[in-house]
Amino acid sequence: MMKSEQLSSRFYEISEKEKGKISILLKGKIDIKNSAHILKKLTPAIKGNSLSSLVIDLGEVDYLDDFGALVLLEIKHLVAEQKAKFNVVNVKDNIKEILSLVNFESHEYFVPLKKYKPPNILVDLGETAIQHTDNIRFFISFLGSVILSFIHVCIHPKDLRINDTITYMKKTGVDALPIVALISFLLGLVMAFMSSLQLQQFGANIYVASLVSIAMVSELGPIMTAIVVAGRSGSAFAAEIGSMKISEEIDALFTMGFNPTIFLAVPRIIACIIVVPLLTLFSDVFAISGGLLVGVFMLDLSTTSYINQTIKTLTLFEVMWGMGKSFVFAAIVAWIGCLRGFQTRGGADSVGNAATSAVVSSIFLIILFDSIFAVLRSFW
Amino acid sequence: MKKQAIINVKNLVARYGDDLILKDISFDVFEGEILVVLGSSGCGKSTLLRHMIGLDRPFSGNIMIEGEDITSSDDSHFNALKKIGVLFQSSALFGSMTVAENIALPIQEYSGLSKSSIANLVRMKLCMVNLDGYENYLPSEISGGMKKRAGLARALALNPKILFLDEPTAGLDPVSSAEIDELILLINKSIGATIVIVTHALDSILNIAQRIIMLDKKTKSIIAEGDPRYLKDNSQNVSVRQFFNRKAKSRI
Ligand SMILES: Nc1ncnc2c1ncn2[C@@H]1O[C@H](COP(=O)(O)OP(=O)(O)OP(=O)(O)O)[C@@H](O)[C@H]1O
Ligand SMILES: [Mg+2]
Repeated sequence: MMKSEQLSSRFYEISEKEKGKISILLKGKIDIKNSAHILKKLTPAIKGNSLSSLVIDLGEVDYLDDFGALVLLEIKHLVAEQKAKFNVVNVKDNIKEILSLVNFESHEYFVPLKKYKPPNILVDLGETAIQHTDNIRFFISFLGSVILSFIHVCIHPKDLRINDTITYMKKTGVDALPIVALISFLLGLVMAFMSSLQLQQFGANIYVASLVSIAMVSELGPIMTAIVVAGRSGSAFAAEIGSMKISEEIDALFTMGFNPTIFLAVPRIIACIIVVPLLTLFSDVFAISGGLLVGVFMLDLSTTSYINQTIKTLTLFEVMWGMGKSFVFAAIVAWIGCLRGFQTRGGADSVGNAATSAVVSSIFLIILFDSIFAVLRSFW
Repeated sequence: MKKQAIINVKNLVARYGDDLILKDISFDVFEGEILVVLGSSGCGKSTLLRHMIGLDRPFSGNIMIEGEDITSSDDSHFNALKKIGVLFQSSALFGSMTVAENIALPIQEYSGLSKSSIANLVRMKLCMVNLDGYENYLPSEISGGMKKRAGLARALALNPKILFLDEPTAGLDPVSSAEIDELILLINKSIGATIVIVTHALDSILNIAQRIIMLDKKTKSIIAEGDPRYLKDNSQNVSVRQFFNRKAKSRI
C-alpha cells in the first residue's frame, strides 16, 4: 500500500495527503507519445488504493489533446468503479475547449456500446435462413429477368450492345485460347500416355486414338474449357459488375432508363455462349494432337492410322453432344458471374467474395449439369 | 514575426502522361497556418495535394516537409507520412471495416493503448465530428456527408502535425459545414496543426483561411496568393474577383 510516499515522473506526481485522498498533478505535454505510458503507470496506483476522493490538477499541463483527455477519462472510470469522488482542477481555457469538444462530461462514456450483432444462435439461424431464402428468390428472379431480356433482345435486336458483345467475345474467347490450347494439349498427351500403358499390354495401341478423342470430345473438352472460362471470365464478370454495383453505377444506369440486365448481363452471356463452344472445338483439336504426338513417337503408330482411327470413332453426334454441353456450361458460367455481381453489397471485400463465389458456384453447376447430361444420355 | 515554413514546394511540375497539369509552382506553407487551395473544378487542386503528400511523383521540382525532401527517397517520404493526416476527396474509408475500426486502425498501430482505451478514444474522435453512435456502422451504411466526417476523424486519429483536407465540407449541410469549420479552427488552435485545405465553399474560405493559393486551369499555375478577405475586392485578376463574388464567366 502506498503511504505518504510520492510516486512521480516527468509527466505526473501522485501524492496522498490523507488516507484515501489522492491528488495527481499532471505536467507538461500529454499526447499520443506518453498517454499509454501514463495510463499504465497510474492505473495500478489508483486501483491498489481504497479511494475516497481523487483530484487531478492540470495546472502544469501546457498541452493536452484528446489522447490526454483519454487519460482523464480512463482515470475517471477507475475512480467511478470505486465509488469515490472525482475532480479536475486548474483547467486552462484551451484545455476546457478540448474537453468539451470530446464531450468529456457526458455520461454516455459509462454506458457500454450496444453490440452490433447479438451473439444468439437462434437469431443467427433465423437471419441465415432469411438470407438464403432471399438468395434463392434473387436467383430465380434474376433467371427470369435474363430470360425476359433475351426475349426482348430477340424482338428488338437494336437494343443489344453489339460493341460490348464483341469486346467480351474477344476477352472470353480469343484471350483464353492460349491457356485452353496448352491445357488441352497436355491433357491429351497425358491421357494418351496413361492409356497406352494399359493398352500396350494387349497390343491395342491403336485404341489410344479412340480413347483420347472420345473422352475429350464428349466429356473433358467441354468441362475443361468451361472451368477455364469460369476462372478467367466468370470471376471477372462478377468483379466488374460487383464494383459497379457498390459504387452506385448500376443505379445510375437504371435512372437513365437502361435495363441493367440488358446493358450488362446479356452481352456477356451472348458472348460466352458463342465463343465457349468454339473454344471447346479448339480444345478437342489440341487434345487430339497431343495424343497424336504420343501415338507417333512412343507407340509406333503412323499419323494416318491415328487420324483415321480418330475419325472412325468420332460420330457427328458425339461432336454435337460435346458442343451442346459446352453451350449450356457457357450459359451457366456467364449467368452465375453476372448474378454474383448483381448480388454484391457492401465494400471492397464483397467484390472479392462475389468473384470467388462466382467461380465456386460455376464449377459446382458445371459438374452437376455434366452428371445430368450423363444420366440423360443413358436413357437415350 | 515571420513564421517558419513547414512545407516548401519548389518549381513543381505535375503531369499525367502527356497532360501537363501544374506548371512550375512554388510556394511555402508556414507552421501553424491554415492554407486554402482553391480554383475552378479540374484545375489540379487534388493533384497538387497528392503531390504534396507524395502519392504522385512530380515530373520535376521538389517538395520538402520540415526540411526533408520527400521526393528524394522512400525513407524520407515514409518519415514525412508519419506527420501527416489526409482526408481524401472520396473519403477512402475501408469498406470492409466499421467506422470505429477505420479510425482505430492507425491508433492501434502507433499508440500502444489498450483495446478499451482505444474504443473510448475513438468515441471521442467521433464526438468531435458529431458522429458518436455510429461506431458500428459500415461505410456503405452511412451517408455521403457522414463518410466525410468519418474520414476527417480518421485523418485526425493521431493528431498529426500537418493535415491535408480535400473538400472537407463538400456534401454537408450548412450547419454541419459550419461545425466542421469551427472544428478545423479549434484543431488548428489547440493542437497547433498546420492545415492545408482544398475547398470551394466561399463562406468557409472567408471564415477559416489565413492565406489562400488560387490555381488557374489555363495558365496551370498560381494566379493569386494572400489573404482572401483582401483579395476578394482588391485583386488585380478578374477571375479571382469573379471566384470570390460568385460571378459566372461571360460566355461572349
Ligand atoms: N489519374 C489521373 N490520370 C490522368 N489525368 C488525371 C488524373 N487525375 C486527374 N487528372 C487530370 O488532372 C486535372 C486536375 O484534376 P484534379 O483532380 O487535380 O482537379 P481538382 O482541381 O481537384 O478538381 P475538383 O475541384 O473537381 O476536385 C484534370 O484535368 C484531370 O483530368
Ligand atoms: Mg479534387
